[in-house]
Amino acid sequence: MTDLLRITGLHLSLPDLNRKPLIGAAPRIHILKGVDFAIAKGEIVGIVGGSGSGKSTLARTLVRLLEPSAGTIHFDGQDISHLSEAALRPLRRRFQMIFQDPMSSLNPRHTVAQIIEGPLALHDVANPSDRMREALDAVGLGQRFATRHPHQMSGGQRQRVGIARAIALRPDFIVADEIVSGLDVSSQAQVLSLLERLVADLGLTLAFISHDLSVIRRLCNRIIVLDKGVIVENAPSAEVFDTPKAAATRELLASILLPEVGADWQT
Amino acid sequence: MADARALVHRRAGLRLWLSAGWIALVAAAALLAPWIAPHDPLAQDLFLGRLPPFWMEGTEPGYWLGTDSLGRDVLSRILHGARIALIVAVIAGTLTCLIGATLGLLAGFLRGWVDLVISRLIDIWMAFPPVLFSILLIAVLGPGLTSIIIAIVVIDWTRFARVVRAEAMAQGAMDYVASARVAGRTRIGTMLREILPNVLPTIVVLLTLEMGIAVIVEAILSFVNLSISTDDPTWGGMIAEGRTSVHQAWWVLVFPLVTLFLTVLAFSQLGEGLKDRYDPVLQ
Amino acid sequence: MSFLQVTNLSARIKGSDHRLLRGVSLTVEAGEVRGLVGESGAGKSMIGKAILGILPRAIEITGGSILLNGTELLTLSPAERRRLIGASTALIPQDPLTALNPSRRIGPQITDRLVDILGWSRSAADARATELLDEVQITDPTRVLRAYPHELSGGMRQRILIASAFAAEPKLIIADEPTTALDVTVQKQILKLIATMQARHGTALLFVTHDLGVVAKVCQKISVLYGGLVVEDTTAEAYFTGPAHAYSRALLAATPKYTNPEASLLPIPDAVIAAVQADVDAYDRRVP
Repeated sequence: MTDLLRITGLHLSLPDLNRKPLIGAAPRIHILKGVDFAIAKGEIVGIVGGSGSGKSTLARTLVRLLEPSAGTIHFDGQDISHLSEAALRPLRRRFQMIFQDPMSSLNPRHTVAQIIEGPLALHDVANPSDRMREALDAVGLGQRFATRHPHQMSGGQRQRVGIARAIALRPDFIVADEIVSGLDVSSQAQVLSLLERLVADLGLTLAFISHDLSVIRRLCNRIIVLDKGVIVENAPSAEVFDTPKAAATRELLASILLPEVGADWQT
Repeated sequence: MADARALVHRRAGLRLWLSAGWIALVAAAALLAPWIAPHDPLAQDLFLGRLPPFWMEGTEPGYWLGTDSLGRDVLSRILHGARIALIVAVIAGTLTCLIGATLGLLAGFLRGWVDLVISRLIDIWMAFPPVLFSILLIAVLGPGLTSIIIAIVVIDWTRFARVVRAEAMAQGAMDYVASARVAGRTRIGTMLREILPNVLPTIVVLLTLEMGIAVIVEAILSFVNLSISTDDPTWGGMIAEGRTSVHQAWWVLVFPLVTLFLTVLAFSQLGEGLKDRYDPVLQ
Repeated sequence: MSFLQVTNLSARIKGSDHRLLRGVSLTVEAGEVRGLVGESGAGKSMIGKAILGILPRAIEITGGSILLNGTELLTLSPAERRRLIGASTALIPQDPLTALNPSRRIGPQITDRLVDILGWSRSAADARATELLDEVQITDPTRVLRAYPHELSGGMRQRILIASAFAAEPKLIIADEPTTALDVTVQKQILKLIATMQARHGTALLFVTHDLGVVAKVCQKISVLYGGLVVEDTTAEAYFTGPAHAYSRALLAATPKYTNPEASLLPIPDAVIAAVQADVDAYDRRVP
């Protein structure tokens, strides 16, 4: 198998604007401190961690919304770590992101059709409205949703629009950042099984970021555990659940509340 | 939900129609003043001085809202005054909006040094006392319509710039902007296609407020005799003249004042009404 | 006689036929925890708000009764109701960030109610606050009482809100999604704390949540809501071994469970939604 994405020695620090002195630069906080991993074509990798682990920052760095302070990101053999926005543009069609909060990630004053067609038009895709309709069908939303605005839909429906926007470009790689954490249980199950089906049908490679190991267990072949900006575990799913090695993994496992009376309460 | 929304909608509709109706009336007066005004607004007749409005004793037919101390017809002067008021409102309002909103949008979305320069400029600008600033400006430029418009634009663009900047900054932090970047949209493209539609409702509300403010500013400058030549009737000029004889002829002061008040109110309500009616997020 | 007895409670948006609660009945015994579960829009938070009398103004109660320790709340005058609610109930809110006033110190935010409503002396109230913070396992109560909310972590703030809820020894506490806004690793500690405090003080607790994992750990009874209708009212034991109603069974199967990944996170079948919606429609026909 070939690696679609390869990350080596990734560091990222951002200025801490809360502690910016009156004059001069703000002190920088180190969020990612040397992260190495690779994702093979067709793999579904779960990236898990508690709050402050740096998982969302990592998600944004993978699609180059953020530029790494050190280290490299290779996408399909090409180093994209420091490419300019203009140089990245043609590549952008190939890696997409689905965001955590579907309300804020969909432009409230655009219709669903505009939201999905926007990226298609940017990449000169032929027949954008056909592709938009196809994508709506693929995520199980009828054509009648095309003219709606985001606030006229439920959370689950909005997140499906987010997925439709990402897959309409027919990318190779998708980063999904906590995409079900704001949804109801039933929408969560729906969105996950939808994603599972699409990944299989379209042969996508997926990085699925979440704080919830239960959700990741269902979807992913391999799990990467992130703690304070470092990878503490990177192993096949079954192994992570059966023989967790890192303390952070055990803590995340212990924090899961199973829907069963008694079983795991007194740990 | 449906019914609660319908209620809001009806109220919004009424507000929109009342304010748009009044402004249409003022606009009609401005356009048609020479034909519909019953008298020449400048014609003086000392024998017809201080005639009261039509429902009081001692009126003269045809002078519906009475006359001022020089015998000029108040109604005709109000109708002609609408011209200056409206020209100032539309031209000054639009120019202020274009300049202020553009700078605000650039500062709020692009951030960095653009924001630094524009924000400091706004800070410095706002430290000038506006009334003195405008009087000073007109003293330099000389009185006249153009000077008034320039004064309003120069002073009030910061109002737009500040609000639009804050709004653009808040919108810029939303994930739909990040999503546009992931899709490969350029910075300017994102600003125009993603951010602008979201700050537009705010801009419309500010624009109509500004039109109302422009009418007031013109009136104030007329009041202190810094506006158009004293011959042309303006609402502010009429209020200034009416003030001196308020005890003998209150109507000379009150009618232009009420017209001014209603027009400014209508402008501010128009913006809110338009927003309630046409903003897709509120539908 | 149950400590809290809600019978046939109905509510709608004022001046419309949009129903929010459809004849909700439930009881909470003294010292018992009842979970109120449902998806967003099911009306679960509405019930807690109706009991506390803090419904938004656009919502009106159209029928039913709420008996608190035998007293009918819905017919009391607003002032009497406020006094009764203030003295015998408390709320643990969802968002520890907005529930505390950012510009006041923690201490007075806990003691205000003791002093203002219950007439305690300032020094007695202060002593009680220290004791409470100690009880919710805050190690340096004196420092925390003098701190401002922004100086404390989310978990710490939620501990303070729990302490503050128990301050006046209420007989009933309503917890509205108290752990939803917290980090996963803190969530469990806070739940344990609520459970411990509840057991120690013998408080009746109405626990509003969308998370069945949470219900399984802290509740003895459970009411499952859909569209403002109670579709199942049972013990937690019975619910988690085999829910009776098809919708509540499907809700359980949709909940993640890593020990059985194949049989969890299953989308709710359309037929189940259609059936439960039919129940709602049938209620609307029966009760015009």
